[in-house]
Amino acid sequence: MPRFFDDQQYAIIQAACARLIPTDDDPGATEAGVVDYIDGLLGAFASDPPLIWAGGPFSGRFGGEPRFSNFHRLSRHDELAWRTRIEGSRGIEERERLGPVIGWQEHYRAGILALGADFCDVSPEEQDRRLRANESFVDLLYEHACEGMYGAPEYLGNRDHLGWRYIGFPGDVQPRGYPDDEVSEP
Amino acid sequence: MSRDFDAIIIGSGPGGSTAADVLTAAGWSVLVFERGKNYLINLERPSELLAEFSNDEIKYLSRHFLGPDPWLEPRTFRVSPAEGEHRFIGDVNNLPATVGGGGVHADGKVPRFREEDFSLLSHLGPLEGASVADWPISYDDLEPFYTEAERLIGVAGEAGANPFAPWRSDPYPMPPGPPMYSALVTASAASRLGYHPYPAPTAVNSVPYDDRPACNNCGFCASFGCPIHAKGDPVASLRRALLTGRAELRPEATVSKILVRNGQATGVEWIDGEGNHRVENADHVVLAAGATETPRLLLLSGIEHPEIGRNLMFHFQTLTFGQLPQRVHGYKGRAVTHLHDDFIPVDAEAREAARAAGLPWLRGGMVEHGAAAYPVTEAKYYPWGPRHKDLMRASPMREHLVVLTMQGEDVPQRTNQIDLDPKIRDIHGLPVARITYQPHRHEVVASAHYAPKLEAILKEAGALRTGTITSPGFGAPFARHRGIPAAVPTSRHVMGTARMGCDPKTSVCDAWGRLHAIPNLIICDSSLFPTASGYGPTLTLVALAIRATRALAS
Repeated sequence: MPRFFDDQQYAIIQAACARLIPTDDDPGATEAGVVDYIDGLLGAFASDPPLIWAGGPFSGRFGGEPRFSNFHRLSRHDELAWRTRIEGSRGIEERERLGPVIGWQEHYRAGILALGADFCDVSPEEQDRRLRANESFVDLLYEHACEGMYGAPEYLGNRDHLGWRYIGFPGDVQPRGYPDDEVSEP
Repeated sequence: MSRDFDAIIIGSGPGGSTAADVLTAAGWSVLVFERGKNYLINLERPSELLAEFSNDEIKYLSRHFLGPDPWLEPRTFRVSPAEGEHRFIGDVNNLPATVGGGGVHADGKVPRFREEDFSLLSHLGPLEGASVADWPISYDDLEPFYTEAERLIGVAGEAGANPFAPWRSDPYPMPPGPPMYSALVTASAASRLGYHPYPAPTAVNSVPYDDRPACNNCGFCASFGCPIHAKGDPVASLRRALLTGRAELRPEATVSKILVRNGQATGVEWIDGEGNHRVENADHVVLAAGATETPRLLLLSGIEHPEIGRNLMFHFQTLTFGQLPQRVHGYKGRAVTHLHDDFIPVDAEAREAARAAGLPWLRGGMVEHGAAAYPVTEAKYYPWGPRHKDLMRASPMREHLVVLTMQGEDVPQRTNQIDLDPKIRDIHGLPVARITYQPHRHEVVASAHYAPKLEAILKEAGALRTGTITSPGFGAPFARHRGIPAAVPTSRHVMGTARMGCDPKTSVCDAWGRLHAIPNLIICDSSLFPTASGYGPTLTLVALAIRATRALAS
């Protein structure tokens, strides 16, 4: 179940991400669940602790007790900063210290509207045309899509390490690390 | 007057932690304030280190895990006063706000300065428009403390490998760690061209040391906290200080003011995690908040001196990139394993380049042989669409890029300064630091002189393409990259804003870090540096902190 998007919003963002990081011979944004990463970011506060900072020191992928899924609690101020960034300032005084902030949720709502309710049904060429016509939203979406494709899977993207696997990146390797000869040899 | 501590220390980074270690060893009681959170050490059982750091690109590079959050505690920036109050609000040279400070995120390159770095004015002479000055101490004065600092934080290196190194009384405590393949390729090319690359002195364990394990080459080094505490971050000194039972470390505690009465510091005002304003008293105050926050706090405290905040220096970075045909896996290892110092001594060519530009001299800086990028960072550089995946598979950045970074000497200028922003306040309601900065022509000319030599090394190494950028950048100063204007230096080496010297009129502190006007207020960070050198500042500021606090306690 999405945390933030409704079904239509989820489908539109998924379709948009499929144009940014397409599926070819290798999996793309769709298979890696990039939209789930973005939904997890926009809906970070639907969880307690919120999905902002994953735990440590190890994920368990290369040994050690898996603790990335134990997200950190936020301090009062950190929660204020992250709610402001995600939800926007919405006229709340303590969120407007540096002036009004349009939150990522609002950027996404507006971006989805601009892409159009029929975005999933139009041709790939038309999808790309609409994406290019909404450059500032797509800049934000692409930042998040890259994080969702190649970041740690505990943030809900990079499903089955598909993002890391197709580029040959081992990911977080603690506590095993790399042997010295792998560092120094070609 | 109540007095609970012999000293209050503001900041738990390399300077403050060193001060805590030296003072508690001498029997003093200290209270250490840290505005950030504690992920480093169990404060109830200091023999136990915390295990919170991780190999997580999102947490560190996208989400400000080590702090400060640039919305909660922004800084402002302008190139010159002609631009008005400020041109940019946000992350300006932020160093981590966390227990351990800048020592936590650094990849631990800790070279010493050279002998002439302490007497640049005498050695090379004045430079128009710059406030070049000699240090009030010499390399020989500091050498024993360099040796002690290397033992304290644990430095791996090879004595004798660098022909430009200053003299040293002892070998490094550890041998160098494994060289990265990418650095072997570029260092070998540099050698063929007559340069003298050497294993970078690195505060990362190459063997078990100080009850901490050897580095296992995970690659998440610069910008990340070390999950296994193999990095020589301030954990070593903090642990020793806390184990004496005479140190208290208070995280998430922001000092808002140093209290001064009749020319003596009496304590501090501070703000706790719930926003309450409180006071602590002590006989001495050690200020180690870093070269941006230290002058800010002096100014917030109403402490006046015409040089406070002035002569702000960074390193002028010349970054030369080369794309090698083979895969170099720069994400395995310590980010940088070799340096060369050939561009620091002023040779005949440098003198000629200076003369042609109408300058009396020019100096470059140490050159770091590096390669490292992580896939989220890499991906954001590539365009979206079908080419994205072709590029990620071919990986011209993460797998093929080598980088030579020259940390160029940045000459001091009085007009480059930290002051208090007139409008912008942090989450506590305090005016934030405003940075006014532009490079001197010296840095620009030096960069232009050395950049072709850097490119020649990478071509010799077999690079298919090379290119050079600088930070700060030229051209449109407020064109933004990743949200930060090009005019904002990316260097996290920040220095010079409370310079030390013999003359109380032209310097803020004396040779022992004491404010001339307030002798029980001691600065233990790179604010003290009269000149920047072309070397990373950490080891030098730690050595100064040992020297100053040892003298204080004796």
